[in-house]
Amino acid sequence: MSKILIIAEHNGVQLNISTARCVACAKQIGAEAIDVAVFVQNGDEIASAAAKLEAVSSVLVINNAANQHLIASSLEPQIVAISEDYSHILAPGTTFGRDFMPRVAAKLGVPQVTDIMDVESNRVFTRPNYAGNAVVKVEVPEGIVIGTVRTASYKAVSETGSASIEKIDLEVEIPSHTRFVEQSSGGSGERPDLQSAAKVVSGGRGVGSKDNFALIYDFADKIGAAVGASRAAVDAGFVANDMQVGQTGKIIAPDLYFAFGISGAIQHLAGIKDAGIIVAVNTDPDAPIFEIADFALVGDLHEVVLQMATAIDAP
Amino acid sequence: MKILVSIKRVVDYNVRIQIKQDGSGVATEGVKMSTNPFDEIAVEEAIKLKEAGKAEEIIVVTVGNQQAQEQLRSSLAMGADRAILVQTDDEIQPLTAARVLKALVNKEKPDLVLMGKQAIDDDCAQTPQMLASLLDWPQATFASHIEMAEQQATITREVDTGLETLSVDLPAVISTDLRLNEPRFTKLPDIMKAKRKPIENLSLDDLNVGIAPGLKVLKTSPPPVRKAGIKVESAVELVSALREKGVL
Repeated sequence: MSKILIIAEHNGVQLNISTARCVACAKQIGAEAIDVAVFVQNGDEIASAAAKLEAVSSVLVINNAANQHLIASSLEPQIVAISEDYSHILAPGTTFGRDFMPRVAAKLGVPQVTDIMDVESNRVFTRPNYAGNAVVKVEVPEGIVIGTVRTASYKAVSETGSASIEKIDLEVEIPSHTRFVEQSSGGSGERPDLQSAAKVVSGGRGVGSKDNFALIYDFADKIGAAVGASRAAVDAGFVANDMQVGQTGKIIAPDLYFAFGISGAIQHLAGIKDAGIIVAVNTDPDAPIFEIADFALVGDLHEVVLQMATAIDAP
Repeated sequence: MKILVSIKRVVDYNVRIQIKQDGSGVATEGVKMSTNPFDEIAVEEAIKLKEAGKAEEIIVVTVGNQQAQEQLRSSLAMGADRAILVQTDDEIQPLTAARVLKALVNKEKPDLVLMGKQAIDDDCAQTPQMLASLLDWPQATFASHIEMAEQQATITREVDTGLETLSVDLPAVISTDLRLNEPRFTKLPDIMKAKRKPIENLSLDDLNVGIAPGLKVLKTSPPPVRKAGIKVESAVELVSALREKGVL
């Protein structure tokens, strides 16, 4: 039987939902134990949140001042130090997990499976490549299985668990060659988190300007949605990079996705394929986004957004 | 300062890939091949550092078949000084690539290794981090801005929560993201000049590197397709359709 270790993603205050999605993947693999490791400076609340996740056996808390900001080269020796008892180590395929996981795999001399989207057995997984235009089934050779989980492919497990919490002291040398300087979020304010929101409203180049994006924000607020953007909108400076949806931005799976003024480049489509319902509004009837949209409306988004808002308000 | 840039020959990003009927992989015969776009950004950044007087030599390297020379020539035309082709017809996965690059780093002793954050064929995003791990070097992945100083670099990284800035001691591995720069177009005289720049040919044996344990690809298939939906004529119709579905 498998024994799976999951590396928790958090911001020092809160557990990220990506962790609960990794647990869902671990459940699919099937294991006699699923442990969650929380590397943190001081994180009792994060540990308690992880302990509530369904199917988790134990939460390991590794307190260390070096874990105030989670840096790949600091995490690597700590994860390697606790790797021995496990058949699998998983981390979310977010920029967090993508950063340190290959370091762990290389140290352990094994390959890594990036972006696990489905599990066939405890060593056979499917993952996307070519920007999601192909899906490959891969078999991991003998040795520990190291993988990152494509979080959009999994629904978070429930918070019905009651795992034990264990504090661990690790005697490992943490390198001092890398220093955290600062973190800034372009952010879309107090709106729902793009990666976990049930509804997402995205704008593309067609929005036209940074100022015009107010239309998108207003509509999102009206329906309680998170705000996203295409790469073109980010490159044009309309919004910050952390709002980019797509293969090189965030891969998301909301129940409802609005694409306003987004033509639908392959790399954008790769980020929204798992959405429940896709709505596209674009002036170009031949825009590729219409090929995958559940509801397509050819028209000027600036008018349509306002008309939709009015229609929603109407009794 | 000496910079080593690693590049990969991949199916051009404009090509609509074809998956072979028997599920054995993606068709590459007769398909346009190019330098991985993220790697091109790495080459451009190295050249910019040289132009700013912060680097003396740029060595561009790749692991691949004989044809990968074409991509090395393109990098030389952009402004790299010399190239190394570690030639193999085997399929190279990230861990093997990282071991090859480690051997090249030990041979060339660069102060900085630059490469794209991921290759657009396998989308693994592993090789830079694996190399940093094998060398026990600092890393900064997904770079959108790089400031070089004496023995140190400050890197802005594109992360899910926004932008993160790290300071690392050199030598280091930096992986490059889309917004770091826009690679230059090469001019004909540069392409001519690049033909006289040296490309060293090495084998895995020359570097004492074997093929590392890798993933066995059992099957390649097309992704599940989303069916196109319905056209609606107005915002009012759209809102009522979404209400009917219970999502609004």
